[in-house]
Amino acid sequence: MGIVSPGFSGRRRSADERLPPGQYLVNDFPVLSAGPTPRVDTGKWEFRITTETGQTHRWDWAAFRALPAEEPTVDIHCVTKWSKFATHWRGVSLDTLLADVETSAGFVTARSYGGYTTNLPLADLVDGQAWVAYDYEGEPLEAEHGGPARLLVPHLYFWKSAKWLQGIDLADHDTPGFWESLGYHNYGDPWREQRYWGD
Amino acid sequence: MAAVRDETATARTIVLDVPQWPGHLAGQHVDVRLTAADGYSTERSYSIASAPADGEADPPVVELTVQRLPDGEVSPYLTQTLAVGYPLELRGPVGGWFVWDPDGPASTRPVLLVAGGSGVVPLMAMIRERAAAGSRAPFKLIYSVRDPGTLLYADELARREQAGDGLEVTYVYTRTAPPGSSQPTGRINTATLASAGWPPDRSPAVFVCGPTGFVEAVANLLVRAGHGAGGIKTERFGPSGGKP
Repeated sequence: MGIVSPGFSGRRRSADERLPPGQYLVNDFPVLSAGPTPRVDTGKWEFRITTETGQTHRWDWAAFRALPAEEPTVDIHCVTKWSKFATHWRGVSLDTLLADVETSAGFVTARSYGGYTTNLPLADLVDGQAWVAYDYEGEPLEAEHGGPARLLVPHLYFWKSAKWLQGIDLADHDTPGFWESLGYHNYGDPWREQRYWGD
Repeated sequence: MAAVRDETATARTIVLDVPQWPGHLAGQHVDVRLTAADGYSTERSYSIASAPADGEADPPVVELTVQRLPDGEVSPYLTQTLAVGYPLELRGPVGGWFVWDPDGPASTRPVLLVAGGSGVVPLMAMIRERAAAGSRAPFKLIYSVRDPGTLLYADELARREQAGDGLEVTYVYTRTAPPGSSQPTGRINTATLASAGWPPDRSPAVFVCGPTGFVEAVANLLVRAGHGAGGIKTERFGPSGGKP
């Protein structure tokens, strides 16, 4: 237990097993971005997977939207301490996108329009754990929340769910992304409170 | 906590003695953790208001300015209950992006700071660091508040601007302007940014901090005015009170 804060009792709370340590629940949907919001026209949008051997797989917006979609309902957890329960999304599973991709890579860098990057183990993107999402709560995903399409990896802190997704690069080696190079944890498991370097 | 200063009716600066402070950059934040007697604890992030130079003093001092949120869980404690001599658990400094470093590679580049409400706090750390480090980088601050009563650091900003060493401050009042002012109320717009900011060809380093809607609007105006997105750093907080 930490230092007791004299006179602090906190909000009355019911023990909630869905809330990771150090998180609090919100009902709104805060925005965290490092810079201005990129505006990406779906007419020019392209999603690309590049393998460790340099092979590329591409989808334009029409081809991407023609892929089988899923509608996950997930809890999301931001490193800035807010969590939001039961968010509804529509998007394409990474299992679907990776189905025809031949790779023995262990790591992924997700790249965004605007230059943002984040890194993850490939194992965290497969087996029904991750999507490229384009609808949120039944509406097209707004640009400030990452539209036209964002990565959705709800079991990791939400900065791993790259907004304005442009592509993923598969690699044999792990390369820290934007926040991971600026003091934030390389993996980011909310249940182990992996917020910063050294956690 | 070593001392306290009331800034407005609802905001307070808490001055902390932090014996093992490792030093920070202007713009970084700390995580504050409160723990109740029964073991319940909760955390929030707060921007550091003081200059890095204060953190290098003996003893090191770190100041946070906290805006009380009506339905907040942590900010009412920090602004109303926490008293001199009370302990406070901190983690930090955190964040290596939204920072201004007087010794950094672009240290003479003009700087534009745009604040919405209590978003001025990390920008104030930059203004204080500029003075403490004797930096010549020209600074412009555009500071949007609801009314004069919610202005943070009013006296200090006036004094620093009057020093005439390259800091210019422009206030924008969204609801009520100061008595006797002929200034119209309203939001920051293209004309404000053109007259009180830097032209894009000066390639300023831009820092925008405030509520999400404010930051979104200002950043979009700057991009439309021709500023490169890569030169604009943003920090946002939502109505839920979390700082980014």
